Amino acid sequence: MNAPAYNFAYLDEQTKRMIRRAILKAIAIPGYQVPFASREMPMPYGWGTGGVQVTAAILGPQDVLKVIDQGSDDTTNAISIRKFFAKTAGVATTTATDEATVIQTRHRIPETALHENQVLVYQVPIPEPLRFLEPRETETRRMHALAEYGLMHVKLYEDIARFGHIATAYAYPVKVNARYVMDPSPTPKFDNPKMDNCPALQLFGAGREKRIYAIPPYTQVVSLDFEDHPFEPYRFNAPCALCGAENSYLDEIVTDDKGGRMFVCSDTDYCEGRQAAGHHGSLSAAPYKERAQGGSHG
Amino acid sequence: MTTIAELPPGFADKVLSAQSTFRSVMDAMARPGSVQRIVPMADAPETMMRGTAAIALTLFDHDTPLWLDARMSESSDMVKWLKFHTGAPIVRDSSVASFALISDGALLPALERFALGTSEYPDRSTTVIVQVESLDTGHSFELRGPGIDGVATLQAAIKPADLFERLRVNEALFPRGIDVVLVADDAVVAIPRTTRVVNKGSK
Repeated sequence: MNAPAYNFAYLDEQTKRMIRRAILKAIAIPGYQVPFASREMPMPYGWGTGGVQVTAAILGPQDVLKVIDQGSDDTTNAISIRKFFAKTAGVATTTATDEATVIQTRHRIPETALHENQVLVYQVPIPEPLRFLEPRETETRRMHALAEYGLMHVKLYEDIARFGHIATAYAYPVKVNARYVMDPSPTPKFDNPKMDNCPALQLFGAGREKRIYAIPPYTQVVSLDFEDHPFEPYRFNAPCALCGAENSYLDEIVTDDKGGRMFVCSDTDYCEGRQAAGHHGSLSAAPYKERAQGGSHG
Repeated sequence: MTTIAELPPGFADKVLSAQSTFRSVMDAMARPGSVQRIVPMADAPETMMRGTAAIALTLFDHDTPLWLDARMSESSDMVKWLKFHTGAPIVRDSSVASFALISDGALLPALERFALGTSEYPDRSTTVIVQVESLDTGHSFELRGPGIDGVATLQAAIKPADLFERLRVNEALFPRGIDVVLVADDAVVAIPRTTRVVNKGSK
């Protein structure tokens, strides 16, 4: 199959215009969810159709694209979306955060600090932070219109009453530019501080729910909290077993059925970069040994 | 009378030119006060700058009611060019327009006459594209707001001279409001509704 059968970056031009107009309004009203006429994409809902449409609308031949899924460049979702744009747009792809101009992400913000010439595109499953508190769209829309966010604070308070702390660990609600409460997509709350005053433009696409929203660069993003229960990012209290990083977000990997486990960076590019720079963790020899024995496959 | 065949052509490569133009406008909107350049050019009828023409070809279509100032709407070549290349319906009622094209700032009507969006749907507002004399010389302005790292400065020669004072309505209206795109030849600066502008006088 050859790419020229498709328009550049798959979407037709009328669709791109519609999405581009939505992106401009989203940037002008930080944190507000702009409705858009989401299209069917050649992948199922839940696989990043919103992010893919945003990426398709902004991508140009000069761009270098990186796609991550839970921080990893080499999971099925990340690889298939990267290949999709390599095929339909012919763009260069990379796994290095530094080199990318457009980064599409599912559920993580890279550990490496982003810079001004980058756009971070989030895949969003449920864009409405109030949806599980109030199922009616007419009501949540009015709550946003009136900046009536008491319900969200009640939810966080109930967490404290029940668990003694705010138990929301991902999709932790934020307030953007002191106005709209926004769902940062299911990123771990560890990543929330990276959204604040970020030099890169952040765009969010929800395909099934047909919403696009944005955080312009250098915009205040505050995680909701209480004076006596301030927001705290969470990470496993361990160094990465492969690169020894003490400040990265970790995945817990179960290694046997006897309770064995290891913690490794969820951001594979960051972890590999650190290992290449000579950092080691307690188990860092293991994957190299495996690779040497594995031989042909890999 | 001009026939369709005599109209100035649109983009030579409409896909990649539209992409490149959009990225310039997106960067302008994301970083208010920064001057972005529009590279791909389309020939435009008189009264329309090259940058404006590229933006029209990139963002307008049959879904975007378009309002023109008196000078533009009186030019039949202009109306024909826009209708042929973009298909955008040209409306007389500025309060239903997605975009407004202002060729001469002196003809800018009161901003309240454009669509300001609603509290529920603040995105349903008019994006006003104003052609100005210069975006690198003239009065000095200080800009603050989302997209700006502290303070941005803009040198610009703009009509109407009180444009930024008029845009103060955005402060009280937010999240409703008017987003403005300034064009001077191939240079673009965006002033979204979140940007606060202070006039620092001439330099």
